[in-house]
Amino acid sequence: MTASRSSRGQCSGRTLSERGWGYLFAGPALCFVGSLALTPILAAVWLSFQRRLPIFGIQEFVGLRNYLELAGDDRFWAACRITFYFTGVSVTAELAFGLGMALLIDRTWPQVLGAGTDAESGHGQAWLRAIILIPWAIPTVVSARMWDWLYHPEYGLFNYLLLTSGLISQPLNWLSDPVWAIHAAILMDVWKATPFAALLLLAGLKAIPRALYQAALVDGASAWAAFRHITLPLVLPVILIVLVFRTMDAIRVFDAVYVLTGGGPGNSTETLSIYAYKTLFQTLQFGYGSALASVMFLLVLMMTGCYLLLLRRYLQEVT
Amino acid sequence: MAGAIRCRMALVMTEAMRRAVRIVLLLLVALFCLGPVLWQTITSFKPEAELIRLPPVLPEAPTGGHYEAVLTRSSLGRALVNSATVAASTTALAIGFGGLCAFALARLPIKGKCVILGLILSISMFPPIAVISPLYLLMRTLGLRDSVGALILTHTTYALPLAIWILTSFFRQIPVELYWAALVDGCSPLRALGSVILRPALPGVTVAALLVFIYSWNEFMFALTLTASDASRTAPVAIALFPGLHEVPWGDMAAASLVVTAPIVLLAVMFQRHIVAGLTAGSVKS
Repeated sequence: MTASRSSRGQCSGRTLSERGWGYLFAGPALCFVGSLALTPILAAVWLSFQRRLPIFGIQEFVGLRNYLELAGDDRFWAACRITFYFTGVSVTAELAFGLGMALLIDRTWPQVLGAGTDAESGHGQAWLRAIILIPWAIPTVVSARMWDWLYHPEYGLFNYLLLTSGLISQPLNWLSDPVWAIHAAILMDVWKATPFAALLLLAGLKAIPRALYQAALVDGASAWAAFRHITLPLVLPVILIVLVFRTMDAIRVFDAVYVLTGGGPGNSTETLSIYAYKTLFQTLQFGYGSALASVMFLLVLMMTGCYLLLLRRYLQEVT
Repeated sequence: MAGAIRCRMALVMTEAMRRAVRIVLLLLVALFCLGPVLWQTITSFKPEAELIRLPPVLPEAPTGGHYEAVLTRSSLGRALVNSATVAASTTALAIGFGGLCAFALARLPIKGKCVILGLILSISMFPPIAVISPLYLLMRTLGLRDSVGALILTHTTYALPLAIWILTSFFRQIPVELYWAALVDGCSPLRALGSVILRPALPGVTVAALLVFIYSWNEFMFALTLTASDASRTAPVAIALFPGLHEVPWGDMAAASLVVTAPIVLLAVMFQRHIVAGLTAGSVKS
């Protein structure tokens, strides 16, 4: 390190120091982030202290009035409940199914894909991984349209399959019944996001040394004991990371539900993002909408903080 | 003796049965992932009359008419060109600027690395709704609303954290001695990055570029808000606003959504190993 420092001093003394180059390199990216991510966040908080109705030319400073109004807004609290319900159910299901899928693939093909895999299991694994990537890669808007069609009350595949198999006698109104609609949205999210969870968890499972399982087998441990005492503790950091990623995505969910149901029927699937978006761009209340958006930002920030603390404490315990 | 043999037979049987159960389950997983896409593909080849009755499940008189309709008689072609422009420009900018920033973070002695990395991580968790109203006002003031330029700038900003995060971890894996040797030979850090570091980091650059491209191609909220006409609308917006006066034209919709999805799914399948490596980078090894 010292050698490199002194040589740098000699060879580039007349131009820039290494640190100077560093700032020059980091500069453009930080400019982008500063001007189009950080400034807008502060501007949104500033907007939230105003009453802004561009169509009437109204623009005045109202302090915390938007936030006080928010506290008494039933639609806001309903949106909170819906967002948390959506997040809780879909993330739990994604973790459970994702872990199941990952375990199934790991137990079927215990070898790591790549060096030392025989052709047959290598191909099987590669194929399945490619198939699993497809729901993840499909644009969310497209998947919403796909599921919209699957849920169609008259010509949808789901009702056809359920009716012909005799599981239901009347066609279900998936998207026009408030109780079914939110679960239809959750099911679509589970389809779209479980593969992502499974792939991360699979990588975590592959990192567990096989010798541990063999040792457990020799000791006469049951499959459940091996899972409980070897797999679960070792894969827990990955579970936590999937939990963080998926929670953050689910809390700010917009396009999936917006395109599938538009927040309806009767606001029964209106998440916080959709409510804020409608307030901003359909009723054009920039002040109130920004207050909604700022509350969401704070919420996500707090959750990120909690998760980071949780992760850090766990990682410190492990290392 | 006979009992022992029967016992062993039973063990073999359970092993074979387990294998069969696993294969059935794996097929179910594949069906779960592919099912909706298959149904959309079937729908896209069904003539109008067969769309409004079930059965038949498979098209009796398959037609390519829906594809012809969306490619020639709708604004989808224009939207695909816009999407390709935005995604390609975003990828170039995010990899260029993100790569430089990642190199500075990985190898150069700048101050405040922790602050920068923390900032970048928190921006990747931003809900886009929190910045959308000021961004909209800003782009309108700059006269960039309803232009692909506004989208390129916005997508680049929100793709940078992803690019920087992945590239920093890849640059850190390259032996620092390579960089020192280039410096001793009289290279500036910029030349060292270009001529020595970039080649071994190429797999990482590929991963980052793929993930940024997919993000930009699929992004919806910014694209919906910052565009206003067919001149700048991207493919996801075109799909979301797909024309339908009373009832959605499901056949055309199916064809359009498959056309929009095809490039991304092709990329994902072709580079699946890279993408999985990129998605798991840092989250498993840490």
